[in-house]
Amino acid sequence: MEDQDAIREFLVESHENLSRLDTELVELEKRPKDAALLASIFRTFHTIKGTCGFLAFSTLEAITHQAETLLSQLRDGKRELTPSLVSQILETVDATRKVLASIEASGEEGPDRFEDLTERLRVASQSTAGQESQSAAGHPGPGMLPGSPAEPQDDHASSETSEGNKPEEDAAKSSAVADANIRVGVGLLDKLMDLVGELVLTRNQILQFNTEREDAALNATSQRLNLITTELQEGVMKTRMQPIGMVWNKLPRVVRDMAVSLGKQIRLDMDGAETELDRTIIEAIKDPLVHLVRNSCDHGIEPPEVRVRAGKPPQGTLTLRAFHEGGQVNIEIGDDGAGIDVARVKQKAIETGHLRPEHAEKLSDREALNLIFQPGFSTAHTVTNVSGRGVGMDVVKSNIEKIGGIVDVFSRLGAGSTVKLKIPLTLAIIPGLVITSGGERFVIPQVSLLELIRLEGDSSEKHIEHVHGTPVYRRRGSLLPIAYLNKVLGLKSDERAEAVNMVVLQAEDRQFGLVVDGINDTQEIVVKPLSKQLKGLTVYAGATIMGDGRVALILDVLGIGQRSGVLSDAREQARAAAEQKTQSGIEQQRLLLFRAGSFERLAVPLSLVARLEEFPRKSIEHAGGCLVVQYRNRILPLVPLREVLESGASGEDQAPDPVQVVVFNDGDRSVGLVVDQILDVAEEAVTVRQKTARKGLLGSAVVGKRVTDFLDLNHVIQTATENWFQDTGGAANGKRILLAEASAFSRGLIRSGLDMAGYQVLEAANLAEAIRGLEQQQVDVVLATLDLPPNGSSALLAAMRRRPEWQAIPVLALVDSAETVQASDVRTAGFQDCQAKFDREAMLGSVARLASKLASAETAPVSVGKES
Amino acid sequence: MATDTATMKSELAQTSGQFATFFVANLFFGVDVLRVQEVLRAQQMTRVPQAPDVIEGLINLRGQIVTAVDMRRRLRLAPRAGNQLPMNVVVRTEDGAVSLLVDEIGDVLDVDAATYERPPENLDPAARELIRGVYKLKDQLLLALDAERTTELETR
Repeated sequence: MEDQDAIREFLVESHENLSRLDTELVELEKRPKDAALLASIFRTFHTIKGTCGFLAFSTLEAITHQAETLLSQLRDGKRELTPSLVSQILETVDATRKVLASIEASGEEGPDRFEDLTERLRVASQSTAGQESQSAAGHPGPGMLPGSPAEPQDDHASSETSEGNKPEEDAAKSSAVADANIRVGVGLLDKLMDLVGELVLTRNQILQFNTEREDAALNATSQRLNLITTELQEGVMKTRMQPIGMVWNKLPRVVRDMAVSLGKQIRLDMDGAETELDRTIIEAIKDPLVHLVRNSCDHGIEPPEVRVRAGKPPQGTLTLRAFHEGGQVNIEIGDDGAGIDVARVKQKAIETGHLRPEHAEKLSDREALNLIFQPGFSTAHTVTNVSGRGVGMDVVKSNIEKIGGIVDVFSRLGAGSTVKLKIPLTLAIIPGLVITSGGERFVIPQVSLLELIRLEGDSSEKHIEHVHGTPVYRRRGSLLPIAYLNKVLGLKSDERAEAVNMVVLQAEDRQFGLVVDGINDTQEIVVKPLSKQLKGLTVYAGATIMGDGRVALILDVLGIGQRSGVLSDAREQARAAAEQKTQSGIEQQRLLLFRAGSFERLAVPLSLVARLEEFPRKSIEHAGGCLVVQYRNRILPLVPLREVLESGASGEDQAPDPVQVVVFNDGDRSVGLVVDQILDVAEEAVTVRQKTARKGLLGSAVVGKRVTDFLDLNHVIQTATENWFQDTGGAANGKRILLAEASAFSRGLIRSGLDMAGYQVLEAANLAEAIRGLEQQQVDVVLATLDLPPNGSSALLAAMRRRPEWQAIPVLALVDSAETVQASDVRTAGFQDCQAKFDREAMLGSVARLASKLASAETAPVSVGKES
Repeated sequence: MATDTATMKSELAQTSGQFATFFVANLFFGVDVLRVQEVLRAQQMTRVPQAPDVIEGLINLRGQIVTAVDMRRRLRLAPRAGNQLPMNVVVRTEDGAVSLLVDEIGDVLDVDAATYERPPENLDPAARELIRGVYKLKDQLLLALDAERTTELETR
């Protein structure tokens, strides 16, 4: 299919060239010294020859090659132009036409090889000027061909037959292709588009006018106008459409070259090459497509021997599919290769800092696969010149998103992977939502739009809460940052608004709410670029002309998000985060900040928080000496934080209604902490820390440039719900953990997790303390950070392994979240397991496992007697 | 397309010796007539929030969106009187059409190249960078506007 298109293009182009050649050659005869003319003729032959070589039309290539040689001699002045020479060249032109006609009719060059012509041209180019006229007259027979004396006879015969009437017909037909196509500048097409757009607007006005009048003639005329305009619009739109095969054409070559250089066998299947797309889109997807195909060849399809071992045919198949669906074009790049190893993607993402270990478990496979689109991400083992540099997939994604497309990746390990692109048919016309703000109209591209929210009545402003001055909205339980379009654009806002209109937008992978004055309707809009003077404004994606003929600006959702501060630049953020982690990162984690009583800023690790809830004050009941509330068909005990921290204080009177509750989950039990106000979620490296003696607090640190107290969650919940939880957890009960970690602050945080799970915890800040702890108490599991002073935790491990009574105690290595330590490495070093410090779930799981392992191992003869 | 821009550039380089003239405050300006695409009455204007303040807005010129530059602000002159509607002088630039908002349209004048002089040194810098030269007409001075420079704005 794609070859057909290429050939068709070639035919059209060659016909154009040949007709020009005719006139040029005749002209050349009159002015044999015209160098420019000669050069042009030479170029034409050269072009045809080159394309023939590419399309494997050997006869045509041979003929044009000889003509080109002759012409180059003429051009270089090695030979004089004679009429017989011109005839020969014209003959070549005719021969070329015949072959082209045959190609057009049958797709092949036809039986006539024109060997005698080729030979004559060859002889002519080798002979001197004197011999040339003779050879032209003498018509040296094909018998002179070296090496193939028998063949020419056949060829000559066949050339005789084709010399009949048929060539005339063929020539007539061939010109039909050329005549049916003309080349038109894109500029002209764009201008036509503009004019048609205007015509549509005028038509709309006439139709409007028509409905106001009762005039049969006008009615009939406007009906016709309507029909014609619609058809014209469709027609003009079509002129900009090109088949996707235009881009696919170069892929077979890409795949072949890749296959050869990688030593793989790859077959390329293409389906739907005729699917049409707007010219501008074709341009935009060219590079991403090539990249995806190269990626599939490199990462996807395995070498033949690996494939055979996996029970697959040695030849891998790469499938390109394109089809229209729901007003969009779908392009799929699929391979039957190795697929993407989700576990490895996750691991790699953790190593490169794109993913926090504590999030890895929660990530669905689909989400994990999408990690490959993160900037700087690559799972390739080795960096080759084709891939593995970790640049590319993010660029593919951003390029596709730039044109309003979506990228998705599907993979089955061992069975292959498919990248699906959903791309709008045209960039020129997109659906958009028309909104008003500050008296101006704006358009938001529909692709970025998630939902519309209208907050009505007195409560409208109340629904928007402020976290440290930043407006947020609770949308189905999660906080949505909010921007006001009037503020972003510096427009005056409408004070009298009785309702808040909010559009929820998606920019890259994040969402935010944009408050606007009014929401109108959705429309198909024609996108036009802004002039140079306005290109610097990132908040606009372009402009469009509305139904009333006025111009409206199209908002750039990403630009709006960044300008308003609800989104900082994603890449920037990712990089900064990665840098921060590598620099210090020890206590880097997400913290929930809130206020309770006189404590203006309290924090708990967000990883401990299950949900944020609000309950109406009247729904709170008393049960078993505790405050409780019915929550999800269960009874949730509530801890009034303010009363716990400030004993004696009764916050009932001042507490807000509804009550703000932070819900903590631990296994199958939940506790709600009543706070005065949720402030923010902060993510940063905690810089200064100080232990406090105050009960209920772990210490204080600077978070977001303000001093923040860290809540001792375990203590708070223990004291407040003594009656509630009798049992502190089965498996953990009684087990004693030695926690060896230099930082008192980290120790506190880790301990709170262990405490809550019901373990008894011994703390140690260094090797000596750890040894002392082990000597004083019987310990079930040791948790030690790798950087335990003075010489790292391996010293502790060695010391423990020297003492027989400590030999059986499992040691869990704790690593910083960003640290890139392979669990396997740690295990070989003698540790039983390795976990990230603040990945509470995983850490507790590991501790429980190790503790029970010890329990079962206790039957083994481990000497408990003190020998030292 | 390439040839389009090439012909366009050569077109822009041409001069005719004829100037389309207009007034901005009390200044009398001229732009080579070949540069002027058309002259329009006040058009419906869409403002562009956050744009440089010399940009008055966008107008719809038969389906083409054209940026309008207010010449008063471009030259750092006092704003027009409230009831005075500006005229649009749509000029062709290398970046497409741009509309210059002026106070009033003058005649098309044939100008004698011999009356040309470089702009005076003591001209306000805001105006000086936009003026190519001065033609000394019989009863007034015609300032030859550099359309390319006028429409070149440092975007924030």
